[in-house]
Amino acid sequence: MKAADFDYERPDDIDTALALLAQSDRDPALLAGGQSLMPMMNFRMAQPGLLIDLGGIDRLRGIFSRPDHVGVGAMTPYCDLAASEDIATHVPLLAMALPHIAHEAIRNRGTIGGSLALADPAAELPAMALALDAIIHVQGLSGPRDIPADDMFLGTYETSLNEGELITAVSFPKATDDDRFGFHEITRRHGDYAMAGVAISHTRSGHRIAFFGVSDRPMRSRTAEAILDENPTATKAACAALDDLDIQGDLNGNEKTKRHLAGVTLRNALSEMVQ
Amino acid sequence: MTQTQDVSLTINGEVIARTIPVRQNLVDFIRTEAQLTGSHVGCEHGVCGACTLEVDGQMVRGCLMLAVQAHGSAVTTIEGFGERAAKLRAAFLARNALQCGYCTPGMLASALSYIESGGSADSDEIRAHISGNYCRCTGYQAIVLAISDVIKGQS
Repeated sequence: MKAADFDYERPDDIDTALALLAQSDRDPALLAGGQSLMPMMNFRMAQPGLLIDLGGIDRLRGIFSRPDHVGVGAMTPYCDLAASEDIATHVPLLAMALPHIAHEAIRNRGTIGGSLALADPAAELPAMALALDAIIHVQGLSGPRDIPADDMFLGTYETSLNEGELITAVSFPKATDDDRFGFHEITRRHGDYAMAGVAISHTRSGHRIAFFGVSDRPMRSRTAEAILDENPTATKAACAALDDLDIQGDLNGNEKTKRHLAGVTLRNALSEMVQ
Repeated sequence: MTQTQDVSLTINGEVIARTIPVRQNLVDFIRTEAQLTGSHVGCEHGVCGACTLEVDGQMVRGCLMLAVQAHGSAVTTIEGFGERAAKLRAAFLARNALQCGYCTPGMLASALSYIESGGSADSDEIRAHISGNYCRCTGYQAIVLAISDVIKGQS
């Protein structure tokens, strides 16, 4: 189908975008890369009255290397992340996950901010943010604030973004030479949303294990993290610890299948990590 | 009331300027306003790849981009690939890599970017790359072989 009618604005700056977003009587929606919103609009699952295209705001796009972190503008598309030396060097987990995100034509348009704001429970990016302890920078008319990834994802398509706020950038801590990362996902077809997936970071502060595609939101297994912090080679115990994870079934499999697949992804990701 | 907007884009080297409803997507604009019907409309939600085309040097889904978003851009469609895709077209013909032909413009677009970005002739990698393009006549084997032929210089 085709999208229902809407008004369209393409502001040049964040303040104008926020002012438009505040016009709640016009039922506004933010358009980032459009690779999820446009399908929803074509299906008429989403029928915003006012589409605010963030593509005209140059300062929302770019990758910036800072002493202790890499900042990524919310409107930076996946293809820019995949081509970035800074990401490859300093955020290697993200570089590992990028080729698994959809297909080339989608990665050329889809953005990091769009994925985080949408919070699809099977998408890679929200789990990356969790595993990497990223900070999500947002701005509203009342000013900017930072949301740690741990506080961002509340449920399917549900985040702690307040009405009238937009994501401006994401900060990823820079990896050190001693840090290790793992990533594994199971899909029916390359580029599909994952039936189950996991992202792991092992840094000086310990393990962070973030699953995606197994519940209504990306989620960490703190039990498995604690087991691996104690003994990084305790793969079997870590996989067994997923019994207490709040796993939920979906069209791809019931809760039991998902729990099994989560264990498989964790085992594979750990085995591929260089300890 | 339907909001309209003036857009101007270059399609295969020709400037096309129109006043269109803002909700019109890029592939519909190309098919109805520019009268270039080589890009196909399949699923309209970014899954099938039939509408794959090039905007400012990057392959995109024509159904997931509004025409107003392409204002000022240079668009290349299957009709404009010309010599760039000559070997690919010949290989598809030689391998009989199409049956109904509905997926072919998108397949050629995806294959072209794969080949131009230095993709390998390994069939698993080719399959991974074209995984975003559906062929419902199930001609994948011939399509993969055709792409591989071009990379190996056998076409």
